[in-house]
Amino acid sequence: MKTTVRMKVNGVEHSHEVEPRLLLVHYLRDVLGLTGTHIGCDTSICGACTVLIDGQAVKSCTMFAVQADGAEVTTIEGLASNGKLHPVQEGFWECHGLQCGYCTPGMIIAAVQLLERNPNPTEDEVRHGLEGNLCRCTGYQHIVEAVQYAARKLGSGS
Amino acid sequence: MIPARFDYFAPSTLDEALSLLSQHLDDAKILAGGHSLIPAMKLRLAQPAMLISLGRIKSLSYIREEDGQIRIGAMTTHYEIESSARLREICPLLPECAASIGDVQVRNKGTIGGSLAHADPAADWPAAIIALGAELVATSTNGERTIHADDFFIDMFTTALEPNEILREIRVPLPTGTSQAYLKAAQPASGFAIVGVAVNLTRNADGSCQMIGVGITGVGPKAYRASAVEDALRGKMLDEQTIKDAAAHACDGVDANSDLYASAEYRRHLARVCTRRAIEAALRANRG
Repeated sequence: MKTTVRMKVNGVEHSHEVEPRLLLVHYLRDVLGLTGTHIGCDTSICGACTVLIDGQAVKSCTMFAVQADGAEVTTIEGLASNGKLHPVQEGFWECHGLQCGYCTPGMIIAAVQLLERNPNPTEDEVRHGLEGNLCRCTGYQHIVEAVQYAARKLGSGS
Repeated sequence: MIPARFDYFAPSTLDEALSLLSQHLDDAKILAGGHSLIPAMKLRLAQPAMLISLGRIKSLSYIREEDGQIRIGAMTTHYEIESSARLREICPLLPECAASIGDVQVRNKGTIGGSLAHADPAADWPAAIIALGAELVATSTNGERTIHADDFFIDMFTTALEPNEILREIRVPLPTGTSQAYLKAAQPASGFAIVGVAVNLTRNADGSCQMIGVGITGVGPKAYRASAVEDALRGKMLDEQTIKDAAAHACDGVDANSDLYASAEYRRHLARVCTRRAIEAALRANRG
């Protein structure tokens, strides 16, 4: 039994007939071709597949596409506007917040929500706020610096 | 990992969901936040032929005070409870427990009702709702009933809910204790409780213990009320030795689990230590 699913992804309306068992992350990657959202552990642990659903960070490997029916979804592809990086993306660029880059899309999405809820986080709050995202390369230090860079950038209004 | 095929329904009212459930008692599962059920389905530990999602039923997400109770809708997320300023004032145990669950993304999606109905023996909520003496409202096409938290957990992944019932609301009697804490020895990879202890207590003017609730999760096949600990403290002055002696009864009559990470003996030891520390933490966090 296929079901119609409609959602707005990065500002664009989509509608497809899908199997209910299709995971959101597979819908984004395989149906919409938005491969910026990565599949890491596939067990709700690593956070590589994190996207925003109606503004809330969610692990898209632990959600069926049909559950996002009617929702607004933001993936890593939707953050930059007019060729200008989102401040969190810029922070990761400037502070070298990645090495292999596999965790980066999910890490950046989680950081976007973190800064929305807490625009001026302490180092401890950044680390705690990213507890749902694992990075095997950086040791997190540059990621924390990247998020703090973004907090300063967003705070200065530029 | 791809789950087995299933049919999917997302009714917009609770009545529709109950009616669907009553027609498919053998093959339907209720989907709340999905953060226990979907991983189980991906591993094919669960293969329901039908999912009835409560995700569209907005009237199941709320936190309010009514008739001397805190009433929390079953679809209220862990994050909504964690971030409730009002709950921090009137029942900080609930936000504290919520904040200890999983990670940020899990708390955004996971729900209190889903977690309770799933009854994972290492889940955090069961300890808190037992300590608080909560009641759970179960509803079906035949009507509604309340189940006391003490009677809700039957066994591992098994609750007192009948196959045709949906957990609709959690009711916490007010006022709650003035000293509360949730303390967990977490499995370092999963964050689940090896042992989790929730304490809800109120002292008399002279400092003695007037009322106490202690709920423990993670130790046995289901969360339980540590009655022997409560009995050893009720009416007593809460000095260090009395607390320690009481906490020694944390696992009385409980058959402790053993797994790769923690043997039964280690779990029992942790339970006694965590119970003592949770009571001490509650006293430090006194709002009285």
